[in-house]
Amino acid sequence: MDAFLQYTVQGLAAGGFYALAALGLAVIFGALGVVNFAHGAFYMLGAVTAAVLLDVLGLNFWASLVVVPILMFVFGIIIELLLVQWLLKLDILYNFLLTFGLSLVLVDLVKRQYGVSSLPYQVPPGLEGLLVFGSVEIPTYQLFVFLFSLAVCLVVWFVLSRTRVGMIVRAATEEPERARALGINVSAWVTPVFGFGVALAGLAGVLAAPFRAITATMGSNFIIILFAIVVIGGLGSVLGAVVAGFLVGLVEAYGQGYAGTFSQVLIFVLMAVVIMVRPAGLFGRKEAV
Amino acid sequence: MSTDLETPLPTKFDVADFDPKAKRSRDIRRIALGLVALVAVLGLPWWVYPPIAVDIAAWALFAISIDLLLGFVGLLSFGHAAFWGVSAYSAGLIAQSFGVPFPVAIIGGAIAAMIIAVPIGYLAVRRSGIYFAMVTLAFAQMIWFVANQWKDVTGGENGLQGVPKSFFGIELIETEAFYFYYVAVILIVLGAWLAWRIVNSPFGRVLVAIRDNPARTRALGYDVERYKLIAFVLSAGIAGIAGGVFAISHGFVSLQELDWTTSGKVVLMTVLGGMGTIWGGPVGAAVIVLLEDRLATSGFDGIGIITGSIFILCVLLFRRGIWGTAKSLIDKGTAAYTKRRGSQD
Repeated sequence: MDAFLQYTVQGLAAGGFYALAALGLAVIFGALGVVNFAHGAFYMLGAVTAAVLLDVLGLNFWASLVVVPILMFVFGIIIELLLVQWLLKLDILYNFLLTFGLSLVLVDLVKRQYGVSSLPYQVPPGLEGLLVFGSVEIPTYQLFVFLFSLAVCLVVWFVLSRTRVGMIVRAATEEPERARALGINVSAWVTPVFGFGVALAGLAGVLAAPFRAITATMGSNFIIILFAIVVIGGLGSVLGAVVAGFLVGLVEAYGQGYAGTFSQVLIFVLMAVVIMVRPAGLFGRKEAV
Repeated sequence: MSTDLETPLPTKFDVADFDPKAKRSRDIRRIALGLVALVAVLGLPWWVYPPIAVDIAAWALFAISIDLLLGFVGLLSFGHAAFWGVSAYSAGLIAQSFGVPFPVAIIGGAIAAMIIAVPIGYLAVRRSGIYFAMVTLAFAQMIWFVANQWKDVTGGENGLQGVPKSFFGIELIETEAFYFYYVAVILIVLGAWLAWRIVNSPFGRVLVAIRDNPARTRALGYDVERYKLIAFVLSAGIAGIAGGVFAISHGFVSLQELDWTTSGKVVLMTVLGGMGTIWGGPVGAAVIVLLEDRLATSGFDGIGIITGSIFILCVLLFRRGIWGTAKSLIDKGTAAYTKRRGSQD
């Protein structure tokens, strides 16, 4: 039972990165119709940037939590204006391939600059150690990651569903023609939304920095898990991305705890079951893509 | 999903079938193309280092298997490394355990790839478009995990070492890459011929119909999912032949063969060569293999920067690829020529 609780927290913490990054993927897909293959590379860049800022400027974790997403936001906007926007009118596969090429470039650039061994990053002061509840010991940092990412997801959901900006973005996503007819400059919103999605991936990277190995290839497996998550949750669905993100985090943690070596396979088994039972994903609309 | 991939459609009613003059010009072009292909296939190990020639041939067939799905069914498989890799491991294991002539091991590997492709394809064809790419990618990664963990069989991170090239005890072929090439290339050409037969058959016409309008094809009474699945499994078999040749030629199999970057690399070759052309893939494969070889020997350690940039530029500016661009130029040229000839008559 104690072990079970520990796996649960571990799973929710891992689920936190997945949920944040998958949310970014879902928002980008919703607003631009782009499946961003470079999302794993952006996540890696977030972690690497945090480590480099600490090393060069002495910027601590809390500052990175704010600065890195802003940098990634700007970077995302540059990428959108420079590359992604030219292919928005074409088949969705072209931007999928473009961002795939981009991720190859980013990974090898980082590899050349910082090598293949992992960059150091400590758990921030105040979040080290274990919280003890009776006989259960839970790493403080994992609990923090879970609560923090849940809070960010809730804020994003609130902004999207309850504010004017969110309404415009959703209208631009779901009914671009009608939104245009009502005087909304839809294309002006597309670029910042891409930047925002990239910033979420970067944020997930910063959160991962203290307890994952920071290497150029840390996003390579991550992006495939993200794809599995959006297939499970339903690609068009923001809620689906978040729920499936936490779900996959839990499955992975229980798998590591109980199933041992073949734990990663469980995620794909889950994906296969969802495709069999609900091809559009748990929260997906029937005909989506 | 509407597919507006900029692929030249295989013309359903070719003028050349009715107009004898056009037919003659088409025949001349086909014969010329055939001769060029023959010279390329036979001459390759004279021009490039023979082991590289085998690599080019294997990747060329691998790219053809991708194009069979992408260009003619409209499905982008981003998980074909699973079939290339499963066949590589299976062919390697068969060659090691039974000591059979290597073509037998390769065919065994291709069959293993097709067997693996049935469940993956069954699940993946339920989704089209971008979902298909993500689902195939995810399942291929699952195979990678299994291979990584199943160390007794695959050797895990050490890979499968010491795969023999048995060929009826003919030492020249077993040890000299130059002669090995000429036996291996027969399998490659067979695979390419199979792809060409599939595309130019009634079955292939149904595939193109599914690509262009799945709902209508279904309404005409075709079982769309079944056709897609059969095409997927055939494509996996062709990828399997390629993977088997690659494994036997190198004499060892590593986890890299199952890695998703391998899936990405073959898609790059297909896109660079030209989607929907079948013969574009081999051109793209030759360019990429030679480029990577050149970069590796020059000691440059950031191949992804170059290949990734090629990918980006190709998708942004050069979507027809090398073959597609060349073909449209030739078509324009011959059209202008026939028109001039026509006005003189």
